[in-house]
Amino acid sequence: MKVLVAAKRVVDYNVNIRVLSDNTGVDLNNVKMSLNPFDEIAIEEAVRLREAGTAEEVIVVSVGTSACQEQIRTALALGADRGILVETDEDMQPLAIAKVLKAIVDKEQPSLVIAGKQAIDGDNSQTGQMLAALAGLGQATFASQLVMGDGEATVTREVDGGAETITVKLPAILTTDLRLNEPRYASLPNIMKAKKKPIDVYTPEDLGVDVTPRVKTLKVEPPASRKAGIIVESVEELVDKLRNEAKVIS
Amino acid sequence: MALDKETLKQFLDTLERFVEQRLRPLESQVGSEDRIPDDVFEEMKTLGLFGLTIPEQYGGLGLNMSEEVAVARVFGHTSPAFRSAFGTNVGIGSQSLVIDGTQAQKKHYLPRMATGEIIGSFCLTEPDAGSDAASVRMTAKKDADSYVLNGTKRFITNAPKAQLFSVFARTNTAVKGARGVSAFLVDAASDGIELGPAYKKMGQQGTYVCDVFFADVRVPAENLIGGKENVGFKTAMKVLDKGRLHISALSLGIAERLIKDCLNYARERKQFGQPIAEFQLIQAMLADSKTEAYAAECMIADTARRRDEGEDVAVLAASCKLFATEMVGRVADRAVQIFGGAGYVEDYGIERFYRDVRLFRIYEGTSQIQQTVIARDMIKNG
Ligand SMILES: Cc1cc2nc3c(=O)[nH]c(=O)nc-3n(C[C@H](O)[C@H](O)[C@H](O)COP(=O)(O)OP(=O)(O)OC[C@H]3O[C@@H](n4cnc5c(N)ncnc54)[C@H](O)[C@@H]3O)c2cc1C
Repeated sequence: MKVLVAAKRVVDYNVNIRVLSDNTGVDLNNVKMSLNPFDEIAIEEAVRLREAGTAEEVIVVSVGTSACQEQIRTALALGADRGILVETDEDMQPLAIAKVLKAIVDKEQPSLVIAGKQAIDGDNSQTGQMLAALAGLGQATFASQLVMGDGEATVTREVDGGAETITVKLPAILTTDLRLNEPRYASLPNIMKAKKKPIDVYTPEDLGVDVTPRVKTLKVEPPASRKAGIIVESVEELVDKLRNEAKVIS
Repeated sequence: MALDKETLKQFLDTLERFVEQRLRPLESQVGSEDRIPDDVFEEMKTLGLFGLTIPEQYGGLGLNMSEEVAVARVFGHTSPAFRSAFGTNVGIGSQSLVIDGTQAQKKHYLPRMATGEIIGSFCLTEPDAGSDAASVRMTAKKDADSYVLNGTKRFITNAPKAQLFSVFARTNTAVKGARGVSAFLVDAASDGIELGPAYKKMGQQGTYVCDVFFADVRVPAENLIGGKENVGFKTAMKVLDKGRLHISALSLGIAERLIKDCLNYARERKQFGQPIAEFQLIQAMLADSKTEAYAAECMIADTARRRDEGEDVAVLAASCKLFATEMVGRVADRAVQIFGGAGYVEDYGIERFYRDVRLFRIYEGTSQIQQTVIARDMIKNG
């Protein structure tokens, strides 16, 4: 069986994000970019399936500028077999990405699609779900455990109240939670081998997908900076301030 | 081999993350338990770290000097004990063989050194031959088609874990100095070899160093490195040129780590109503550390590049080691000062680095020996 993995290029999790002074977005100049950590977990899971003999091929797909090749190479170094870049300079929103992925799913016919539960840039947590709807496939989101069965997958999901176990018929869409696995580190020999693995490049037009943004960003602002705290002398003073200054109790 | 920029960057990024996420959280544990966990060892093998400098044809990665120092620098961003685990296979424990070994010798040992299956150690120092390494007394007497080794080697890094020793011993007892010394590959399991107990050290817990005793140890003649007698000291010096650059880069990495820690601390720690980073006397320490680290960075990059271009860099490598190891000593000392009491107690890890870096000014040639090498060359060659 084939596994398709989605991989997004995002600002590295270590970077301190700065909002542009004209409030149109965040400053991406000279900022370190990485593979979305949840997608890394997705790749690890797919590669483990191939190593276990459950999957024959792992294909990694990224949607975005040509720079996304870097993240595809990272995924190939971690063990994916080949890459697909859908190249566009358009600002890609979850619906557009889901449409592009749907076109790739139609083309490749994977038995399983694994994506991150969200990308750490927009934190939307929409793409996997939208893809499932567009492709008419079952979805198992926020997975913390995956057990492959015959024509189906049993997935433990991290939900608010605890863990929920469901089965989905294949083909299906899975999105990864943090505890699904611990991704490996790519070795230099594998990084070098990854350079020889093929990456096919398409444009959204090639796939007949309209990626025009549907949502307009009006304004981007940093979170309000917190005022310095004060130290209160007694419980009475605390209660007084909560009641009369913060007005959070009555 | 020179890697293309993108591949090297991807590799260094991966190692930086391995250091950051996997190794740094273990620093204090390794410091107190004096032991690197086995699974970390295995992960280092998988990453290819044991084969960094072993040629590709023997299963290694064949990094050139510029690439090797880039990797050493990254491993300076955590406790140097981690680097030491694979350090001898990258440096002194494998390079005698890589540089001067015969084809057959390389073929026999290097592929297993590249994977980490064989750990190599470098046996030069003796109880009476430290800085004056050319005066080694250990003897290697030819007997039919083997040599018989007798003597003691002192302070041998990784010896308790090693399967293979590069041993420097005197084949010509009529000559007192360098010209009577030969280099041998000795199986650590040979009859007649005994190890002393691991030394308790000032720092770098998690690395092991002990004495190695040789009593009538029989070594097949084919294990004479390069198949030539009395040129072993030259081999040792070639190995050390490379090692000195490696240690320089490691020192640079640690300086960078400490500078970062200092800056974070100085920004957060408040006294007299403001962050201590606002005090000019603290700023002077930060600026001096930053500047000196940059100077070392330039020296190391230049020397590594020139070595890759085929230049003899013995004296430049000595200058790098002298400067970079003394530099990291000063940076560590300032780090303790900037942290104040927190720098002196165990909890912040600063005192551990302070102890760890002290070794760099001693092994692979003390600072005084580097000065001697540099000055002698100045006097000889103007
Ligand atoms: C943790 C550790 C690991 C080591 N690992 C290895 C290893 O793997 N393999 C190996 O072979 N060796 C190893 N060594 C040995 C190390 O290389 C020697 O300790 C070092 O070269 C210094 O030799 P020494 O200790 O005999 O000091 P000495 O040579 O006795 O030096 C004592 C002092 O005298 C000074 N001095 C000596 N000669 C001169 C001179 N001509 N001019 C001015 N000053 C001088 C020195 O600079 C020093 O300050 C290791 C040592 C340690 C501590």
